[in-house]
Amino acid sequence: MYNFTYHRASSVSDAAKLLGQDAESKILAGGQTLLPTLKQRLAQPSHVVDIGGIGELQGIKVSADKVVIGAGTRHAAVAMSAEVARAIPALAKLAGGIGDPQVRNMGTIGGSLANNDPAADYPAAVLGLGATVHTNKRAIAADDFFKGMFETALDDQEIITSVEFPVPQKAGYMKFPNPASRYAMVGVMVAQTKAGVRVAVTGAGPSVFRWQDAEKALASKFAAAALDGLAAKADGLNSDMHGSAEYRAHLIGVMARRAVAEAG
Amino acid sequence: MPTVSMTVNGKSVSRDIEDRTLLVEFLRDHLGLTGTHVGCDTSQCGACVVHIDGKSVKSCTMLAVQAEGVTVTTIEGLATDGKLHPMQEAFREHHGLQCGFCTPGMVMSAVDLVKRHPNPSEETIRHGLEGNICRCTGYHNIVRAVQAAATNMRG
Ligand SMILES: Cc1cc2nc3c(=O)[nH]c(=O)nc-3n(C[C@H](O)[C@H](O)[C@H](O)COP(=O)(O)OP(=O)(O)OC[C@H]3O[C@@H](n4cnc5c(N)ncnc54)[C@H](O)[C@@H]3O)c2cc1C
Ligand code: FES
Ligand code: FES
Repeated sequence: MYNFTYHRASSVSDAAKLLGQDAESKILAGGQTLLPTLKQRLAQPSHVVDIGGIGELQGIKVSADKVVIGAGTRHAAVAMSAEVARAIPALAKLAGGIGDPQVRNMGTIGGSLANNDPAADYPAAVLGLGATVHTNKRAIAADDFFKGMFETALDDQEIITSVEFPVPQKAGYMKFPNPASRYAMVGVMVAQTKAGVRVAVTGAGPSVFRWQDAEKALASKFAAAALDGLAAKADGLNSDMHGSAEYRAHLIGVMARRAVAEAG
Repeated sequence: MPTVSMTVNGKSVSRDIEDRTLLVEFLRDHLGLTGTHVGCDTSQCGACVVHIDGKSVKSCTMLAVQAEGVTVTTIEGLATDGKLHPMQEAFREHHGLQCGFCTPGMVMSAVDLVKRHPNPSEETIRHGLEGNICRCTGYHNIVRAVQAAATNMRG
């Protein structure tokens, strides 16, 4: 690992100030992506600004129509929250399936979204539930947030502060985990929301995306059988040592049907 | 160089270190606590698991400076007065190890798991140990050891 200067931020504005001092500085949240990256010398930040101790970024607020999660909230806290499990069970389940217990004790929702790994779980929740990502500068709708492989709408040094999930009528999440890493080979979030049916797919393509054919089919009838005969296209999907694009396209259909069945 | 202070296995420690020092390097190289192992450089194997304020984390995926002010427990801190922790005793009794390389991390993860699930099913144990890789045992006896330890720890 290349050396850097470490700073511990006391508040979001303090973090913004520390980051602003140098264009090569980087935010550290749970470290479960950044530290492996630094260990491999794939990045060389001059300054590392630790936001892990900032109180205003922690916590979960559940009200009748929304769940708001602070960006610094650990995956384990979301997974174990009885309130989240009551309001959006699919979200608590998704958080409980990220990586392993040690990753969940450190990793944060803000870090996962900022990183936008093509196989990460939270992007499927944010896009599938039509959430809003709040930063220290603005609010970004899910449909505008994810821009491509490891790319988001965030400016350099913009800090995610919280994520606001509208409570859906029903939602279900299913992933086929890579047995070694637990990242999604394919993960599908389906949701019946006030704004219509949403189906978000992670793991399969360069970035999370909506499967619109499935949304249309489920809008006429929200049941697994509505997806019978519908196949996702393999064009543009990921092909790697773990599975071909055709295999992933097939998994999308299977996971989507199981997610609908789970949503009930 | 920043100074970092924390409590490790009940003792206050303080050292000047480089910012980039990993917690596992701090424990092994600066404090000589070599019970915590390093088995990979991809944060996947769990040989390095320790407890931070009672929760299991991978010490290879945390900076020592991030641990400022916390309480760390390593495998060396589990036994009391020369008496093995019930989890260590159960691994010995049920042959939950062969080469022993994964064992410190496995035991630390298992202690955290049983704290959260005092009466874990086999499925809960297997799911809860997904962050720990063992190349020798095939996991079967590890699961049996954790079940036995959970029974003993419930008393
Ligand atoms: C073994 C292993 C298995 C894993 N399995 C899974 C899995 O199955 N599914 C899954 O989804 N993920 C998985 N992960 C990734 C894990 O969820 C990470 O926690 C997550 O990707 C990053 O969150 P973090 O808080 O650790 O962020 P960090 O590593 O601290 O930061 C990641 C990036 O986000 C930036 N950043 C962090 N917080 C903010 C913020 N608030 N605002 C703006 N930028 C920010 C950082 O600068 C950095 O570029 C796994 C990781 C490991 C090590
Ligand atoms: S050494 Fe492998 S996970 Fe830490
Ligand atoms: S006992 Fe050898 S790796 Fe687990």
